[in-house]
Amino acid sequence: MKATRDAYGEALLELGKRRADVVVLDADLSGSTKTGEFAKAFPERFFNIGISEQDMIGTAAGLSLSGKLPFASTFAIFATGRAWEQIRQTICYSNLNVKIVATHGGITVGEDGASHQSVEDIALMRVLPNMTVVVPADAYETKGVVDVISESYGPTYVRLGRAKVKEIMPEGYRFHIGRAYTFNLGRHANIIACGIMVAEALKASEALRNDGIDVGVINMSTIKPLDGDVLIQAARTSGFIVTAEEHSIIGGLGGAVSEFLSENYPVVIKRVGVKDSFGTSGEPGALLKLYGLTSEDMVKLIKETITISNC
Amino acid sequence: MAVIEGEKVSDIKRLEDIARGIRIDILKMLAEAGSGHTGGSLSATDIVTALYFHKMRHNPKDPAWKERDRFILSKGHAAPLLYAVLARSGYFDPSLLSTLRRLGSPLQGHPNSKSLPGIEVSTGSLGQGLSVASGICLGLRLNNIPARVYCLLGDGETQEGQVWEAAMTAAHYGLDNLCAIVDNNGLQIDGPVEEIMRVSPMNDKWRAFGWNVIEIDGHDMAAILSALDEAEKIKGRPTVIIAHTIKGKGVSFFEGRVEYHGKAPTSDELKRALKELGE
Ligand SMILES: Cc1ncc(C[n+]2csc(CCOP(=O)(O)OP(=O)(O)O)c2C)c(N)n1
Ligand SMILES: [Mg+2]
Repeated sequence: MKATRDAYGEALLELGKRRADVVVLDADLSGSTKTGEFAKAFPERFFNIGISEQDMIGTAAGLSLSGKLPFASTFAIFATGRAWEQIRQTICYSNLNVKIVATHGGITVGEDGASHQSVEDIALMRVLPNMTVVVPADAYETKGVVDVISESYGPTYVRLGRAKVKEIMPEGYRFHIGRAYTFNLGRHANIIACGIMVAEALKASEALRNDGIDVGVINMSTIKPLDGDVLIQAARTSGFIVTAEEHSIIGGLGGAVSEFLSENYPVVIKRVGVKDSFGTSGEPGALLKLYGLTSEDMVKLIKETITISNC
Repeated sequence: MAVIEGEKVSDIKRLEDIARGIRIDILKMLAEAGSGHTGGSLSATDIVTALYFHKMRHNPKDPAWKERDRFILSKGHAAPLLYAVLARSGYFDPSLLSTLRRLGSPLQGHPNSKSLPGIEVSTGSLGQGLSVASGICLGLRLNNIPARVYCLLGDGETQEGQVWEAAMTAAHYGLDNLCAIVDNNGLQIDGPVEEIMRVSPMNDKWRAFGWNVIEIDGHDMAAILSALDEAEKIKGRPTVIIAHTIKGKGVSFFEGRVEYHGKAPTSDELKRALKELGE
């Protein structure tokens, strides 16, 4: 068990050792985002911009214009919400090589409550031209994501979490931008998940197998660009797709998958996610239950949907 | 034109004449386009002319030259001014100027760095340029490149909170390779800055944020040159030049007129304006 933000801190440190052009910016949250590790090792390449996210994004843009590879970090809602238009105008329109790696995505932020729980960030970033959007599922994948995006040009948003998560990606797995990972394809349903919901989807698939229901699981860690080939294959195999994300069902992974399949391979789609509401304070596990984001919720939804469509 | 030592223009009369030509280009472009920002392009013409034809080390034949001085037009609506200056400097064919704002033209309504050489970053949404400028300054410093970065802001623009976030950052990191210039023409869209949302005392604000402040008449070419030289000598902190200007400068019936912020000259106005400018 390890939080994706911890993996980020480690990956950044290693990247900093390998590449002298990497610079890191934070907005007074370096202890939480784990950029503090890089800051300690490379103080001359770390810029704390203070509590001013808009300026942090602009400054990161400037650093990229002078040939640096900037990673800018803060909490997901502040990075994508407060500084959205700076990301749009300065980074995306100019197509600058800035990596925005935000932590504290989703409701598993926990006790801090709705103000700090971002369930809108994927939607906000996905709508921007030139932007790549990635949500890794575990610590191992996070390390791969940091390495891969550092080698590829362009504005990128990576969403990480606060809570510790189980390692689920198989050893030897390598992340590629825009390529989903298929654990298995199911005949009855396929769950397209990202982030912490991949682990929940695997649990749900396991539970349903015991009931004779064959459910596949796909880790769609790149939400933009979407892996359309894998989506069509999944839709064709099962005729029923479930999306699962720790984000609003509006505009995020569920939105992206629905848009794509409705135009390219229309099938029944159900979206698991936060249903157009804010988060609330509480212990992360309890919050996942409250918002219907557990494997049990997926099992129930899939059973119900399969029964309905059979009669 | 301009640029690398030897080619730079230092004769005041000659610079004033270039500025006059730039004003003529701006008015023609705007009239041809039928829309665009007249007032704020004309108020900053002398400053930007001084930068590109005298002060900045840059090479129109090699816009990506690593050692170049950079100019960030934070008040992106003055795009016609930037386009005219870049064209006259040799960044692109001046015949493109007549395509301003047209479908398919690289001369977008507001500057797009992806469509035209010489534009460092896309602007148009006010309040963002100074952050980019300070980021470039940090990068130049890490790379041991002694280049300087100039950033032009509107006075109304400084109502944006991000400007002051960036002002704090630049002072905190002691960015003496940064020079901000405020085109202090006293007007914004809805009226005088003083009435819409007071920014004064402007000098005290910047000084309190840790900046070296120089105040000049933004249409006095000699004063502009010496302020730019003085800014370069100040070490340990950034400099802001508060340039007192007249919106619509150079055309009597546009000067100080708030309604010409975002209005292009009609063909009749163009004729009269060109006559005033001796064209
Ligand atoms: C963020 C943002 N808000 C509003 C506008 C619309 N706008 C364009 S120019 C302008 C007034 C600018 O006034 P000032 O900065 O004083 O510029 P100048 O007088 O030099 O033209 C406004 C409000 C904008 N471009 N960006
Ligand atoms: Mg003004």
